[in-house]
Amino acid sequence: MRTVDYAQIVETVRDMCLRANSILPKDVEEAIARAHEKEVSPVGRSVLGTMLENAEIARERRMALCQDTGMVVVFADVGQDVHITGGLLSEAINEGVRQGYKDFYFRNSVVRDPLERVNTGDNTPAVVHVNLVEGDRLRLMVAPKGFGSENMSALKMLKPAEGVAGVKKFVVDTVTQAGGNPCPPIVIGVGIGGTMDKAALMAKRALLRPIGERSPKPHIKQLEEELLELVNKTGVGPQGFGGTQTALDVFVETFPTHIAGLPVAVNINCHVARHTEVVL
Amino acid sequence: MYELTIPLQDLSFLKAGDEVLLSGVIFTARDAAHQRLVNLIKSGEGLPFPIEGAVIYYVGPCPAKPGEVIGSAGPTTSTRMDGLTIPLLEKGLKGMIGKGGRSPEVEKAIQEHGAVYFAAIGGAGAYIAQCIKEVEVIAYPDLGPEAVHRMVVENLPLIVAIDSHGGNIYRAGVAQYRDPSLEEAI
Repeated sequence: MRTVDYAQIVETVRDMCLRANSILPKDVEEAIARAHEKEVSPVGRSVLGTMLENAEIARERRMALCQDTGMVVVFADVGQDVHITGGLLSEAINEGVRQGYKDFYFRNSVVRDPLERVNTGDNTPAVVHVNLVEGDRLRLMVAPKGFGSENMSALKMLKPAEGVAGVKKFVVDTVTQAGGNPCPPIVIGVGIGGTMDKAALMAKRALLRPIGERSPKPHIKQLEEELLELVNKTGVGPQGFGGTQTALDVFVETFPTHIAGLPVAVNINCHVARHTEVVL
Repeated sequence: MYELTIPLQDLSFLKAGDEVLLSGVIFTARDAAHQRLVNLIKSGEGLPFPIEGAVIYYVGPCPAKPGEVIGSAGPTTSTRMDGLTIPLLEKGLKGMIGKGGRSPEVEKAIQEHGAVYFAAIGGAGAYIAQCIKEVEVIAYPDLGPEAVHRMVVENLPLIVAIDSHGGNIYRAGVAQYRDPSLEEAI
């Protein structure tokens, strides 16, 4: 059986924290550049130009793109033929986060208890989603998630009769109400179906897709395209100052659901749409 | 484009949507620090910095690397401070810097006190850090990134988001660019 060692996971996650926080993914940077071309609002254009300059400064100086270096969300797809040695996967991930945030001077933004609210001082724990998959590889996806956008996310249990029209209205209303708070142009992850928890998890994972990647399901691909067009008609624009470039992309994931339900989760990501992936 | 230097004088000429370069001394505070400042006001005690004419920046910066002034330092969402802002405006707070809209109550108080709410560009923390020349923690170091910092800024790029006449870039912007066909489509 193939093995992956604890120390290798620590080192990998540490480096992924640096990369995710200081280098804007190419697909996101290119999408902002396209939005900059397309935006009709002069203030919006100016804002998008500054965002591109920000990406350049962060990359060159190896500093955080945004001071909200987030709560770290990790998706670990573990091949069922790989054996992790030397310690627990979740502990290795947390140690990688701990070292990465300390070594690269990122902000510690996690509190130990949601009600007592004392900072843990090392940005741990990460939120880790483990998924058992085929093969003998360990696929790690690290996505530090800022809370300006996380706070604007929403979930609703629609009635089945509300159908696709209900989904569209919920997404558009969520984006409109969020206004400038989630730092538009945003990336929108939508999870439809399953149970309440499944919908939320699909919405989160959808945010990891590269900008422009469409769903393989034709009706969902069409829904993604329609949602993007609708959201860009809200007028919210870059930073909520008004404009036509409110979202860089909309990703929809679906799962079978119950005859009585239509869960919809909308997870919003800011323009600093951090996502990075390594396969060990 | 206006170049403003703190202390700010009469700000009634500023209109929502104006671009501003701000220079001078500002103070940082987020929700936790606001709560403590408001508690001090309630108990009649002095504040850790002079509030008359002051500008507060809603930011929790990344720590500075060795030899640098500060890490990434962009604005946080302002609405979290809404319930704690009016007592500070009543004490003479003149400017606030953050991102996103404000509550109707805060908007009204901004008008009443001739103050201005500026928006910095959220998610441009590395860019903004280049405008920050000096940083010192002056209160509540136990709050870590949420402590009150005294910052000297030079040509910090801002946009007037809510002016003292009721102008609001978020409302005006959406009204101008919202596509009328959207209402029928959803």
